Amino acid sequence: MTPQAQTAARTSPDGASASTAAPPPLPNAWRAAAARGAIELRMFFRDQQTVGFIVALPAILLALLASIFGGHDAATGSGVTIGQLYTAGLIAGGIAGTSFTYLGITIAQERANGTLKWLAATPMPRTAYFAGKVVQVIVSALVETALLLAVGVAFYHVHLPSQASQWLTFAWVFLLGTAACAVAGIAMSSLPKTASAAGPLVSLTLTVLSFISGVYVVPLTTIPAPLRDFGSLFPLTWLAQGMRSVFLPSSAAHLEPAGSWQHGVTALVLLAWIAGGLAVCTRTFRWQPR
Amino acid sequence: MLQNMNSKAVVVRGLEKSYQDHQAVDGIDLDIESGEILALLGPNGAGKTTTVEILAGQKMRTHGSAEVLGADPAHAGRGKHGRAWRARIGIVSQAAGAAPELTVEELVSHVASCYPCPRDPREVIALTGLTEKKDKRIRTLSGGQARRLDVARAVVGRPELIFLDEPTTGFDPEARRQFWALIRQLSADGTTILLTTHYLDEAAALATRIAIIDRGRLVAQGTPGELRNNSGARNAAVSWEGADGQRQTKETSTPTRLITDLAAEFHGEIPGLTVTSPTLEDIYLELIAAEGGAQ
Repeated sequence: MTPQAQTAARTSPDGASASTAAPPPLPNAWRAAAARGAIELRMFFRDQQTVGFIVALPAILLALLASIFGGHDAATGSGVTIGQLYTAGLIAGGIAGTSFTYLGITIAQERANGTLKWLAATPMPRTAYFAGKVVQVIVSALVETALLLAVGVAFYHVHLPSQASQWLTFAWVFLLGTAACAVAGIAMSSLPKTASAAGPLVSLTLTVLSFISGVYVVPLTTIPAPLRDFGSLFPLTWLAQGMRSVFLPSSAAHLEPAGSWQHGVTALVLLAWIAGGLAVCTRTFRWQPR
Repeated sequence: MLQNMNSKAVVVRGLEKSYQDHQAVDGIDLDIESGEILALLGPNGAGKTTTVEILAGQKMRTHGSAEVLGADPAHAGRGKHGRAWRARIGIVSQAAGAAPELTVEELVSHVASCYPCPRDPREVIALTGLTEKKDKRIRTLSGGQARRLDVARAVVGRPELIFLDEPTTGFDPEARRQFWALIRQLSADGTTILLTTHYLDEAAALATRIAIIDRGRLVAQGTPGELRNNSGARNAAVSWEGADGQRQTKETSTPTRLITDLAAEFHGEIPGLTVTSPTLEDIYLELIAAEGGAQ
């Protein structure tokens, strides 16, 4: 064999010289993440229980709450209806449901039933698991938001923003809010001792926060200040206020406790939750049941 | 030593795993040659699963040494080269997780996409007898079919070494036979297999070597034939009808001499003669009972 032929044999892509060649490369981490995202989306949208409770429930709540209270002005002469406030608030609540609640419960289940242990033993990069969850949460939260906006626009005088700057605000509030709630959900999934305890724990947490963060009770100023202040320690208050800043007329800022949309504080609080949540997750995440 | 690394898939010395209140694995030495089927046989709670989980990198040992495919399983699955090591191992554990809303083919194809050199998912589905179910949601599978799917996803990555932890528990006899055929085929392809079971017939039918484990210790190991022969000291049971018509049974280590004597006594044919050598099952039960007797 000539030296050239030897070189050709070594670099031959068909693996003919497999005995001397390096083992075939592992699949690219990005492709693994994309594959995982596709699988997560299929599992999410095919499960009637999650589609019912996570996607449909907020839209049904909006239809109910807004048809009971919706026609009234939020405050005399404000030009803002209760229906508009509920639409923005439930968009925030829906995002928290698809990220915090869904991840908190399903990851606890996947840990308990051995899915995580098995995945960790495959050559899938472990980051691909989280990437898959990110894809699933973002897509399902967008679907959820679109559904709520459709209800709000059709029945409750919600107007889609016309300015690019408002959509930019939507984009960062959506992404930071989803990320903050998602890392909180992932961290929370390690807390309950059993998978069956995860559901009540996570749902209860979100329900309580939804009452004091401007989701179920609007406007936020109707909540007693101490409860409201407690709520403002968590991401949901800021996510909801951010959504109101996008979908409500600017005059509605006067209905906020601070009298303004507080975009700067919103970004800081959400970023702090993301950083803190990631720190907790990297320390506490377990691939096996206790 | 280099020779060892090439021919042995697993080398275990003095393996121990202790928990606060009990010793699950209590000093096990075990070698698995590349390409063989080793059955780890023992009653429930003997330490089989713990041993497998330590070797698969899913549990940390407390003492002893272990080498799996040339690397220490305590670290081999982590870090930069962890994925490459994990790609060489397939695991069928007792709680294998669930993806109830995916179809059989979706899951097997997804798993295949994680490996550098996978088998064809459809071939693996056919091999595990799931072709008819390939487009069905996993939640609609029966227990036995779900177990075969566990095997499908463990082998689709073309691993060199497969850990099967009680793979046939809950199978009906026919499903077990089919499953054994599958294991033999994997072995014929050159896959090294460590199988845990509490069914002796399964170990005897499949394994090139059997290691019997009880209370975290190995009580015997060898080929099925060796295990029988090592019981040579054990007695065969010679039984016949005595002159009074009563059935007589005598256990003896020298059955031939006894039969010769009896033949002389009866002047030829011995009425109702049977000679029974201990079965593998007798030997197994005796080993387990001997250990249990120490309690």
